[in-house]
Amino acid sequence: MLSFYTDPAFFIILAATAIPAVARGVFGRSLKGYGMAVSALFLVLLFAGSWEGTAFFALFVALGLTTTYVTLALFRRSHPHRIALYRVALAVMLVPLAAAKLSAVFDVNILGFIGISYLTFKAVQVLIEIRDGLIESITVPDYLYFLAFFPVFTSGPITRSRDFLAQARRTLPRPEYLELLSQGLLWLLRGIMYSFVLAPLGQWFMWFAPEAIGTASAAAFVLGQLAYGFGYGMFLFFDFAGYSAMAMGVGAIFGIEVPRNFDAPFRSIDIKDFWNRWHMTLSFWLRDFVFMRMTRSFMKHKVFKSRLTTACCAFVAEMALMGVWHGLTFDYLIYGLYHGCLLALCEVYQKKSKFYKAHKKDRWFKLVAWAITMVAIFFGFAIFSGQISTLLGL
Amino acid sequence: MEEQMLDLLEEICDDAVVREERDIDLFEEGLLDSMAAIELLVAIEENFGVEIAPTAVEREEMNTVNKIIEQVRVRM
Repeated sequence: MLSFYTDPAFFIILAATAIPAVARGVFGRSLKGYGMAVSALFLVLLFAGSWEGTAFFALFVALGLTTTYVTLALFRRSHPHRIALYRVALAVMLVPLAAAKLSAVFDVNILGFIGISYLTFKAVQVLIEIRDGLIESITVPDYLYFLAFFPVFTSGPITRSRDFLAQARRTLPRPEYLELLSQGLLWLLRGIMYSFVLAPLGQWFMWFAPEAIGTASAAAFVLGQLAYGFGYGMFLFFDFAGYSAMAMGVGAIFGIEVPRNFDAPFRSIDIKDFWNRWHMTLSFWLRDFVFMRMTRSFMKHKVFKSRLTTACCAFVAEMALMGVWHGLTFDYLIYGLYHGCLLALCEVYQKKSKFYKAHKKDRWFKLVAWAITMVAIFFGFAIFSGQISTLLGL
Repeated sequence: MEEQMLDLLEEICDDAVVREERDIDLFEEGLLDSMAAIELLVAIEENFGVEIAPTAVEREEMNTVNKIIEQVRVRM
């Protein structure tokens, strides 16, 4: 069983398989067939030795293919019950993830495998866009390549099928491939530095600093906890942003521009800004396929009187879902609700406050807003890591 | 249709400037945000029977009055 982006063997095999990819790219040849073959090889290595994982992955793919082609047929023939049946297909596609998250609570694994969380997003996106009339056909190899593209298989960034396949089908001329490749290699280097230098440094700091400060007084204890929280935030960012950057780099080698996942999140000046910069492919996915659809449905059925109430409720629901998607634990649920409430508060403040409207462009205001945002997001990380619930003895 | 669309936009953006300045970026000018945009999509569906899915159109293709009218026109 090969761990992506951590095992030395992964990097060795990657280097070996990248050489033909670069050669093909440089000579302006298609990378699709080769990318598929290499993805298949990596998935075999990923699932090797785990019959359970292999079986559950195979079942997931079978469900994905079935729901996709059934839904396509329903909409092609304008079947009278297509909407109801599409909803069934959507529910079916969510069963493996729900079962995996639920069974994990009881320390067993039902239907779960490495990558299921990210694969579910992709499979669901295809179904929703068939319903929207944006996808009218997709070939089986294309669908499989979209799901199995190995650079982003285990932990994203979450690609979108129309964008991914448009890129996969296109053979890049040499100058364009070289441009993509050089950018990709820079991403790869940045990712390696984040993951293997800066993330461990954050981890070291989070354990070392509280110990060095000690717990001789209440003030020292608080300071130690703050240092731990800061170190954890640094670790979390560099670890995940590093992984994401490496995935972008590897994607580029195989001719695909993978969407970015982080855009300087520590420069956010409000919490909405933060979610446009942190784990972006997740938050954009949730925005497009959960938040916008939820608010649209609320508005159509006039569930709430005002636009603002609609937005607030949708924020809380969307973020609660984001929280439990990480795992069905108390900490993750609270993390989601916390961010949902922050987004709702931010929305109300920005819509209602005359003070905000008058000063939002002032330098000092931005600085204060940045500081408050940083405190809020690091507190969020401390909920996420379980630090807060440990402190509270929960 | 154009007149009806302008009425809708004026109501949702809460500003008569949309009648005159048909090529300004509504998002940049703060006349539309993501919530108002969804309200607009719902209103378009209710008034013209045209359904535009949230991921169907890139923001750059629907950020001015003229572009919005065009997007609805091609779907009618």
